[in-house]
Amino acid sequence: MDTIFDIYLLEAIVNGVLLGGVLGLLALGLNLVFGVIDVVWICYAELVMLGMYTVYFLHVVYGVPVLLACLGAVVVVGVLGALLHYLVIRPVLQSEPINQLLVTGGVLFFLQSFATLVFGIEFRNLGLKLPILNFGEMYFSYARVLAFLVALAGMVGLYLFLTRTFLGTAIRAIAQDREIMPLMGVDSRKLYLVTSGIGGGLAGLAACLLVLQYDVHPAIGLTFGPITFMICVLGGLGNMIGGFVAAFIISQFISIGGFFFHIEWGYVIAFAFFILTMFIRPQGLFGK
Amino acid sequence: MLKLEGVSAGYGDFQALFGASLDVQAGEAVAVIGPNGAGKTTLLRVISGIIPLREGHLSMEGRPLDRVPAHRIIETGIAHVPENRRLFPRLTVEENLKIGAYLPAARSRFAERLDFVYSLFPRMKERRNQLAGTMSGGEQQMCAIGRALMSGPKLLLMDEPSAGLAPVIVQQVFDLVRRIRSEGYTVLIVEQNIQQVLKVVDRAYLLEVGRIKLSGKSADLLASDEIRRAYIGL
Repeated sequence: MDTIFDIYLLEAIVNGVLLGGVLGLLALGLNLVFGVIDVVWICYAELVMLGMYTVYFLHVVYGVPVLLACLGAVVVVGVLGALLHYLVIRPVLQSEPINQLLVTGGVLFFLQSFATLVFGIEFRNLGLKLPILNFGEMYFSYARVLAFLVALAGMVGLYLFLTRTFLGTAIRAIAQDREIMPLMGVDSRKLYLVTSGIGGGLAGLAACLLVLQYDVHPAIGLTFGPITFMICVLGGLGNMIGGFVAAFIISQFISIGGFFFHIEWGYVIAFAFFILTMFIRPQGLFGK
Repeated sequence: MLKLEGVSAGYGDFQALFGASLDVQAGEAVAVIGPNGAGKTTLLRVISGIIPLREGHLSMEGRPLDRVPAHRIIETGIAHVPENRRLFPRLTVEENLKIGAYLPAARSRFAERLDFVYSLFPRMKERRNQLAGTMSGGEQQMCAIGRALMSGPKLLLMDEPSAGLAPVIVQQVFDLVRRIRSEGYTVLIVEQNIQQVLKVVDRAYLLEVGRIKLSGKSADLLASDEIRRAYIGL
């Protein structure tokens, strides 16, 4: 009896790690955009929702192979991210932070209503049958393992881009001192646009991984949005490593909490931990 | 090489420069000296396009810069070492140098120029993987100069390189300026440390409340009663 108990707990822990990868990827795009441009995309999860619809329509309705459909979603949401910056953020870049929050909040409702009107309120899914993997007595969904690996690859890819390339290094530099970037020959406006495109692309990649596991509907952003923000704030808003670590902390709370009590209790414990941390470290675990 | 004619500029309602004219010939080292608040930093910022020109003309090697956006000034061969160095504190020394070579033309020669900067400042090579913000003021100044050299400039603008440094380090910084000169760079330097800078440059302009008051050879200015009484305190 004892050994069985341990194996189920281990299964919960591993599932928490798998969930943490996807949550970490979700947090990454938001953190990148905030860290560089200093604007929070309240509508971030709605971009993810549109990415999920993109995969759905390309694959199920137009018969595009699922990998290509995913690539399409990354590109589409990347372009949406750049458009969001160009049309909505850039005009209010010099405004009060509260105004910047409100406009992206407005975009959230716009995108939700738009999706409801155009796609309807049905829950849609890809209808893919992915196998279940088992190791000894433990069972894991193939979709989750795949999502975890792709999320990890996405994060490593972003890390290499930000540390190895001129463009990526400039993106990190502009987050530290935007005023002198012109002296380096850097056009800040172009860099912001590129960063927003990458932020959108990461949302698109997260969308591909989520649509493997969840049905898409116009309000699905509300499922991922709050937890993504919580992870970013817990890690220290704008701190990509902090967001990454926070994603794994939160996912363990959800997974192990769900193992001992009930999955809803997992979320309750995770949010309680978050609130408690905010009392002790309002700037987040890794914030300055 | 660089020519300013009747340049006026300012911030909002505040005007900092009133019709300043100066020129820098290729191979020269020229200083703009003057008290705090005279408009020296503004002068360099206008040249770099960070502050818009209100009146007057600005040209580099005969090419007008009046309407060139700030981020394209560096393409004309002007690199700016800003006041207080302004390194990216949480990037390493080498990453800071990398940003200096951001221009497409500079990227292709990145490795070659990095070697050059490291040969000029071996200390930077030792600290290549250190975060720039953790170095001493003198080392940061080296890194800031190195970063500017990475774009392969013809003209180096230096804004108060000795400011905020300990007296011993100030000496070293002026030695750095001498070495930059001897490497063949043209230099326009803004300084409050008048006695020291006049020993390094060929000519200087005295800027007071936004206007050029005096100009001449450094030796003449060093000997002039007006400068000695007002700024050197002898």
